[in-house]
Amino acid sequence: MTYTPHLEYVLRLADNALILGQRLSEWTGHAPVLEEELALANIALDLIGQSRLLLTHAGRLEGARRDEDQLAFLRSDHQFRNVTLVELPNGDFGRTVLRNFLVSAFQREVWQALESSRDRELAAIAEKSLKETRYHVKHSADWVIRLGDGTDGSHLRIQSALDYLWPYTAELFTENPVDNEIAAAGLGVAWSSLEPAWENTVRPVLMEATLAVPARTAFRSRGKLGLHSEYLGHLLTEMQHLQRTHPGAQW
Amino acid sequence: MEKKEWPLWEVFIRSRNGLDHKHCGSVHAPDSALALQCARDVYTRRQEGVSIWVVRADHIHASDPDAKPEMFDPADDKIYRHPTFYKLPDEVDHM
Repeated sequence: MTYTPHLEYVLRLADNALILGQRLSEWTGHAPVLEEELALANIALDLIGQSRLLLTHAGRLEGARRDEDQLAFLRSDHQFRNVTLVELPNGDFGRTVLRNFLVSAFQREVWQALESSRDRELAAIAEKSLKETRYHVKHSADWVIRLGDGTDGSHLRIQSALDYLWPYTAELFTENPVDNEIAAAGLGVAWSSLEPAWENTVRPVLMEATLAVPARTAFRSRGKLGLHSEYLGHLLTEMQHLQRTHPGAQW
Repeated sequence: MEKKEWPLWEVFIRSRNGLDHKHCGSVHAPDSALALQCARDVYTRRQEGVSIWVVRADHIHASDPDAKPEMFDPADDKIYRHPTFYKLPDEVDHM
């Protein structure tokens, strides 16, 4: 399937939000304390809300009369455009909030830049999402510092989470023709240009959390190109089960 | 490893500017910053508030329920303390 760059770009944003929202919702009923369970569920709902707006917009751009539900529940894994980072399993609470931090710090930069997009719909979605994302950054950064600079046990666990997740953050900033076309058209920001601002947010928090940031390697995941890890298929099986089994079901 | 319960915080929410903070419940949290975050996530999901206070529950000192007779009953027969005895001019609204 080939998408226009505009549609491709919106789907990347939509799928990042949708898949991370789905992952976070897995914590419902399992979080360490009730207060944090609600916090994670709130964040999941924010993300799914963002993805609904973005998928609806993507459906209009596609012009094939597909709505948000059809795009969310009836695409297969190679048609998803989220970065691999958001589809990885949650791991423990530390890894979950660390990923939230790494992703939301990135999303915050994206939304800020998109507020001036020539795509008015996208600009409006960005304006709404920015407020939500600011809270996600605050919530997750707070936990990263607490766990990193906490006990020996919590430090060890969140350091190993950082070692696991860090290589996947490189994908956020890999150069890409879609990005360049979108930036040239004034529709959006090239993600690769956001790396310095992202690092300015991320590194001080990781430092305060006394965590060692791994060096960059040549590894590049390619989820946003539709080449996903084994984990996305399992996630979609669960997320899409109802619509696949009872097509068109509504409630 | 020692497992300690997080302390309890009482949560007060101001629903609109100009109104008072009202007690609405409690959360467990290790410190005030997280207590505020928890309170935000637990109690303001449905646009309930514009401002939150949290207070450590053990910092609140309550009156003794057994002392009700001497604390509150003496006010029962002093109805003249209610403002209904004063005639208000018509121009004064909302008293």
